[in-house]
Amino acid sequence: MIKIRDNAFQPWDELQAYQESLSIDGKYGATAVFVGSMRDFNEGDNVQAMTLEHYPGMTEQYLEKITQLAHQQWKLLDTLIIHRVGDIKPNDPIVLVAVWSAHRASAFDASRFIMEELKSRAPFWKKETLTEGERWVEKNTQG
Amino acid sequence: MSINIRLFASLREQLGQAETSMNISKPTTVADVWTYISNDKPVPANMLCAINMEYVDLDQQVNDGDEVAFFPPVTGG
Repeated sequence: MIKIRDNAFQPWDELQAYQESLSIDGKYGATAVFVGSMRDFNEGDNVQAMTLEHYPGMTEQYLEKITQLAHQQWKLLDTLIIHRVGDIKPNDPIVLVAVWSAHRASAFDASRFIMEELKSRAPFWKKETLTEGERWVEKNTQG
Repeated sequence: MSINIRLFASLREQLGQAETSMNISKPTTVADVWTYISNDKPVPANMLCAINMEYVDLDQQVNDGDEVAFFPPVTGG
């Protein structure tokens, strides 16, 4: 499942609700979860807020492609990706990636793969509001 | 023949528009579309391009009705 959200979300509530909606009880032995949240600092500056832009249609399509690639490489039972767009404040969750599988290796490895592919290829762009002015984030930080 | 052009993030701000169209009458590549939309500016380092929401290279041919998008490196997550 892939969701793009333009309002704040509670990752743990979303995770619980989604897991309860699945019909994989007794099948999964591993759930790997990654939550990325907004920092109040970047490149040595205080960041007061952020706007996240995306390319409606292509973003969803690309996240779908990443999910399919993960399913091809690992034996997975299900995946969930939720990503924020719009106006974001420090401490707000930006992204949730969850992977369910029978054993831990697939869940760990696939969740890392999904996150890294998302960060390097999914069309999202961050613009930061600093104490003085705004700036586009030009590159991701090293993992 | 006409194509749709879309710009995102810093490229949208630099070129001052989000979306426009372009008439094409001869074989046209993504690089030609960039030359048109940017008034012949150099291609920004690491710029990404898509046709109909799929990543492509600058030498890719565009066809009638295509949506061509230009954007800077992505920074989600």
